[in-house]
Amino acid sequence: MYDVVIIGAGVSGSATARELSRYDASICVLEREEDVCCGTSKANSAIVHAGYDCEPGSLMAKLNVEGNAMMTDLSRDLDIPFQRIGSLVVCTDPDTREGLEKLLEKGRKNGVPDLRIVERDELVQMEPNISDEAVAALYAPSAGIVCPFELNIGMAENANVNGVEFRFNTEVTRIQKTGDHFEIETNNGTVLSKCVVNAAGVYADVFHNMVCKEPIHITPRKGEYYLLDKSAGNHVRHTIFMLPTKMGKGVLVTPTVHGNLLVGPTATDQEDREGTNTTRQGLDEVAAKAALTVKDVPLRSVITSFAGLRAHEDHHEFIIQEAPECEGWIDVAGIESPGLTSSPAIGKMAAGIVVKKYGFAKKAHFVATRKGVVKPGKLSLEERNELIRKNPAYGTIICRCETVSEGEILDAIHRPLGAKSLDGVKRRTRAGMGRCQAGFCSPRVMEILAREVPGITMRNVTKAGGASRLIVGLDKDAYDTMPDETQRRN
Amino acid sequence: MENYKIVIIGGGPAGLAAAAAAKKAGEDSILILERDRELGGILNQCIHNGFGLHTFKEELTGPEYAGRFIKEVQDLGIEYRLDTMVLSISGDRVVTAMNRRDGMFQVQAGAVILAMGCRERPRGALNIPGYRPAGIYTAGTAQRLVNIEGFMPGREVVILGSGDIGLIMARRMTLEGAKVKVVAELMPYSGGLKRNIVQCLDDFGIPLKLSHTVVDIEGKQRVEGVTIAAVDGHGKPIPGTEEHYRCDTLLLSCGLIPENELSLSAGVELSPRHKGPVVNESLETSVPGIFACGNVLHVHDLVDYVSEEAANAGRHAAAYVQGVGRGEENVPGVEIVPGDGIGYTVPETVRANVMGDLLTIRFRVRGVYQNHFISVYFDDERVQHRKKQIVAPGEMEQVILQKKDLLAHPDLKKITICLEEA
Repeated sequence: MYDVVIIGAGVSGSATARELSRYDASICVLEREEDVCCGTSKANSAIVHAGYDCEPGSLMAKLNVEGNAMMTDLSRDLDIPFQRIGSLVVCTDPDTREGLEKLLEKGRKNGVPDLRIVERDELVQMEPNISDEAVAALYAPSAGIVCPFELNIGMAENANVNGVEFRFNTEVTRIQKTGDHFEIETNNGTVLSKCVVNAAGVYADVFHNMVCKEPIHITPRKGEYYLLDKSAGNHVRHTIFMLPTKMGKGVLVTPTVHGNLLVGPTATDQEDREGTNTTRQGLDEVAAKAALTVKDVPLRSVITSFAGLRAHEDHHEFIIQEAPECEGWIDVAGIESPGLTSSPAIGKMAAGIVVKKYGFAKKAHFVATRKGVVKPGKLSLEERNELIRKNPAYGTIICRCETVSEGEILDAIHRPLGAKSLDGVKRRTRAGMGRCQAGFCSPRVMEILAREVPGITMRNVTKAGGASRLIVGLDKDAYDTMPDETQRRN
Repeated sequence: MENYKIVIIGGGPAGLAAAAAAKKAGEDSILILERDRELGGILNQCIHNGFGLHTFKEELTGPEYAGRFIKEVQDLGIEYRLDTMVLSISGDRVVTAMNRRDGMFQVQAGAVILAMGCRERPRGALNIPGYRPAGIYTAGTAQRLVNIEGFMPGREVVILGSGDIGLIMARRMTLEGAKVKVVAELMPYSGGLKRNIVQCLDDFGIPLKLSHTVVDIEGKQRVEGVTIAAVDGHGKPIPGTEEHYRCDTLLLSCGLIPENELSLSAGVELSPRHKGPVVNESLETSVPGIFACGNVLHVHDLVDYVSEEAANAGRHAAAYVQGVGRGEENVPGVEIVPGDGIGYTVPETVRANVMGDLLTIRFRVRGVYQNHFISVYFDDERVQHRKKQIVAPGEMEQVILQKKDLLAHPDLKKITICLEEA
């Protein structure tokens, strides 16, 4: 029997796990995928919002501004790439200019620091590629960009180091309350827990409705994106949003912490909770809308496209509370934008509810910091050579586009909650995330995984766990199973 | 910092031929830097035959062809470092590289020869919507898995793009026991060699669908199927023409891109046409002392032409470090312009007083043309006019300029190569 089971190892579940790991309690995270950060947390805008957009007085507004403020210390403590580059909400239609004033007012009510409106002249100074239609913009210097993978992985690793157990490939199939505890059935057996934190993203309503009388409803809202080559990374310097006009909402254009340019998302409601496919229509919409705020976005430099699903709750509000009629069931549901930004505050709030209820004692020796995978590119020539002398694997480059060495990949595999698949390595090291999109490095990373991870061979190594096998057999083995010569000839 | 007269980036067919030629031109201080475990480059995974018909007058496999050049480089005693990744090149020819043994190190080169080759266009750049499951490989990645490692990446295959590697892999996957269902090509013509279409598709009954592309990829974990559709004259899918194919693998052979990150780090100007460095008749880039050859310069159809071009680069680099032609640096070259029907030319300038007696200009045409003339104009004067039954983008073409003709036109401003109707 665990004290707490957390369903979902995304950014909300991992933040909650880390906050709870400050206390003496037995905690387990159940994750149906083979790794952390496999759902909404891996496919989003990677933005740390300032907080002017949320309704004043809402939980979203409160946690957005709190999460934003926490990001400086958290990124330092957990070694997460984070830059406070500021955002601009660009008004492209003089008739809608008052919208900027309204946003400014909302932002001030929400406690967003240093907001101001910049006029066109200053805007062009700040962003030379801003649209010719741009009239003015709301400037939020506290907005930033973050690596969503490392934010999620960093919090999960740190929770694990502090004693939280993670069970991967473990999908919850049924939950029932039995007396003072929950029986959680999974594909890997039944787990018992006094308390459940429901951080299941687009499935949070499904689990909630298994045990709670008052149902909630979540709609997967798809967002499609284009990611552009690093050669396009300087096209804008801030995160550029569009002030909605009567023509609709725009898409954001932003640099990423790794120097790429990201454009998107769309917003399409759908039924399919697994439907993370991109569509022609969606991608064309991204391309068209990018041009509304930023000139000459070099879409020829697209290196990949992707789609993520936001967990949109019907009331467009975070639900972070103990379910009124189900004791011990803590929902962390409806976590859509600004969920990534809010995640440190969400974790703190959810953990606070649990700790208050169960009265866990603070741990004597909580490890508050974590070092990420060493990034040799950030070292001097001397430091880099020292690293290679100590471990020659840092001298072998595996991913040429992102200049990732074997040493970094070995670190990603062997650290707590280490990588077990190509995507796991990619999210931790960026190997395969560059302009050739893993064409060069994937056979090399597959070999390293097969050599280093117990149970993984070239025959069963996967892209992202489960059935995503990369190899189906050996050359000519199809002939071995053919019953006779006739078929062989065909 | 170490010093070498010539540093060659890449130990594939271009780098090897350049090194051998530079050595034979009297240059002793040569270093090849190769990122892979062995010399030979991409030829090591090209185990099919058909290489060397021009160079050796016989049909060799890729590893055999590479082997001859590797042996020559070794016999000539040319230095090379394997498992060594070059990280940057400066405009004054300081090469920064890294390996396990030497760590990060720098070499001052008298001349640099860029011979890094090219890479395949990935799915993201092709802008194909759908899921992102396992089972989508570039043809070259699949070739490495099958030919070097002995693993099958899939059983039922659809190939997008009819570049040569895709055609070769259609045959290879079939021979290894997979079923190749169709090859779809966006353009109304194939990007590969005619002989590969015949030998790799026709001989195995694999259909080639021109003016078709993949419009959707299914399968959340592993590819389960793709949808292809016909495209209009602008490459846009035509609604209603969709056809679904069940498959577990999608191979991409949609073009090769010269790999010029290092060239850019040195400030080398690139051609928007062939995506490689802009070079003069000596294959020297816009940065003095930096030369380019092989697929990093422009994507070749036959490795034989890579070897020939690279040997020229090697000789020119040797002449450069030996001080031959000093003082000619600032002589402006005559511009060579791709005219009607021509995609690009290499080189794009020529200095008559520096060139050898003959200069081969290589180029590709922009479409399939039948019964056209390849013409060369010196300003407005037509000086060559040669009929071709058929030309296609998949095959490189060439014209040869003579030094005496150029010297006879001292006021020449522009050389135009174009296609003309019969």
